Amino acid sequence: MTEDRTHSSPDRGSSPDRGSRLELGAAGEEIAAEYLRECGYRVLARNWRCPEGEIDIVVADDDWVVVVEVKTRSSHAAGHPFESVTPTKLARLRRLTGAWARENPREGSRLRVDAVAVTVAGTAPPTVEHLENVA
Amino acid sequence: MSVARTQAIALQGLHGAIVEVEADISDGLPGFLLIGLPDASLGEARDRVRAAAANSGCPLPSRKLTVNMSPASLRKHGSSFDLSIAVAALAAGDLVSAASIRSVVHIGELGLDGRLRPVDGILPSVLGAARAGATTVMVPSANVDEASLVPDVRVVGVASLRDAAIWHGGDFEPEAVEALTRPATEAVDEADLDLADVIGNRAAVEGMIVAASGGHHMLMVGPPGAGKTMLAARLPGLLPDLDIDQALEVSSVRSLSGLPVQALLSRRPPFESPHHSCSAAALVGGGHAIMRPGAVTRASGGVLFLDEAPEFAAAVLDGLRQPLESGSIVIQRTHGSATWPARCQLVLAANPCPCGEYGSRDVACSCSPFQRRRYLGKLSGPLIDRIDIQLRVSRIDSAQFRQATEPLGGQITTAEARSRVVAARDRQRRRWEGTPWRLNSEVPGSRLRSGDLRLATADTEVLDRALEGGALTMRGYDRVLRLAWTVADLDAAERPTREHVGAALALRRAL
Repeated sequence: MTEDRTHSSPDRGSSPDRGSRLELGAAGEEIAAEYLRECGYRVLARNWRCPEGEIDIVVADDDWVVVVEVKTRSSHAAGHPFESVTPTKLARLRRLTGAWARENPREGSRLRVDAVAVTVAGTAPPTVEHLENVA
Repeated sequence: MSVARTQAIALQGLHGAIVEVEADISDGLPGFLLIGLPDASLGEARDRVRAAAANSGCPLPSRKLTVNMSPASLRKHGSSFDLSIAVAALAAGDLVSAASIRSVVHIGELGLDGRLRPVDGILPSVLGAARAGATTVMVPSANVDEASLVPDVRVVGVASLRDAAIWHGGDFEPEAVEALTRPATEAVDEADLDLADVIGNRAAVEGMIVAASGGHHMLMVGPPGAGKTMLAARLPGLLPDLDIDQALEVSSVRSLSGLPVQALLSRRPPFESPHHSCSAAALVGGGHAIMRPGAVTRASGGVLFLDEAPEFAAAVLDGLRQPLESGSIVIQRTHGSATWPARCQLVLAANPCPCGEYGSRDVACSCSPFQRRRYLGKLSGPLIDRIDIQLRVSRIDSAQFRQATEPLGGQITTAEARSRVVAARDRQRRRWEGTPWRLNSEVPGSRLRSGDLRLATADTEVLDRALEGGALTMRGYDRVLRLAWTVADLDAAERPTREHVGAALALRRAL
């Protein structure tokens, strides 16, 4: 869960599973980026950082610049991936979107925030769900 | 993913209004929005419904769920909407048939494990649903008996949300759960209170039979231990069985008050005897966010007994005047009003003075004349004016006691008295057929003094003299006339005679 690093709970960094969680998050973001490319978007940036935090993926098509939050889970035992996109997180994403737009101005494009949920369960092919304009 | 609609019931007083519950599932981050003027307890339905759905194995879709309850202007409270919200949400997610839930009224509170908990006020809710034209009502299995009291409605009892989903065509395996029930309550057996237990006090017993026949309010004044409470507790036994509408109303009020309702509709009139420390809101109904009926409503159709009446706060007693007159009570609060029935027969008991001994033969009274005057003066004139029968009750002496304990002591049993009351009520019903009145006590005095009901001057001579002498007010005159008709009805007489009028006048001699 890459984007959560700055807000992790105290014991999270020392957890033995940390490595595999990072790998799962990175794999999820790779799957999400591939999915967005298939949908006709161009990937502008991956893991873009600023003092506010980190954006997982920034993509664009002719009309839109889209800031994408990727959530990856190996099962739904702890709830659907989208359920962890809280109002607090959405507020941060809106701030990050502004920060991205200031640094990378693009005339004539509109901005929006999307969420993509990737579920990688065992050996089955991963499932991808995409919600537009969530914030 | 679509919109699904179902129905629930919002209670306002005893009136159940249909509420449309609609659920919409849209693409968006998972969330649960409940709109349509819910109060705090209903707002918590969100979390109950989500947990209950997940734990009964039919989880709600992880999408944005919006549940709206209309009419949105009607304030909704309580937990009985849980089931309707849950099935609407499941139908919106295509987990159950949207067509199946459309015309069914759902009532029930969900537990976190998905089982359904019984709720209060099922009977008035189902009645309201039936009056609004609903044919099928789904309720928690513990409420099925109560809901089935309403005629012409199909009642479906379900133990859990999963059962409800399966009934509505959901593709789930049935899973037996232990249905939640209410603790059983013991019914008080009215038959234990027989009029034959009352020793002596023949005049008071006769007065009570008159009260039961004509629906007259009654005041008993007497020293402690004279048997006032004992007499009053036996009055409901003298009243005839309630008809089906009255019985449903009585049970609805019980249900609304959170009191147990028996599987078999009780036809017996209720008896309420609030303690004299009770507040105005406890007596006539009230409350802040959730309005609850008071003792006068719980006693509607039966007897409201106020023991030690002068000990009640004067304002509390005077709160009874309007409901006694109109037969209903309207409680107004900032967020709405509730109307409840209040057609009860009032029975007041009082000591004659603070020490209680004034007028008794065996013990001397230790109160000053001023104390005595002030004590019964607490019963305000306007309230006393509405009470037809005012009796003196005295302690029995040893001679009466001996007579009563011998065989054939001449006591009247409840069964005998009730058959006399039923016969007298039949005569009243025939006489007042086609009028808004059913009982003599409801008939205005002007009607009894006019037309064919006007009594001959020779028969009312004793009354006219009392009126001239100032012993009786005009209102009191009318009350005695009413009583005279009831006394005549008990005597199976066509019209009151001189003797009946005299007997009626004797029933107003307490004060």
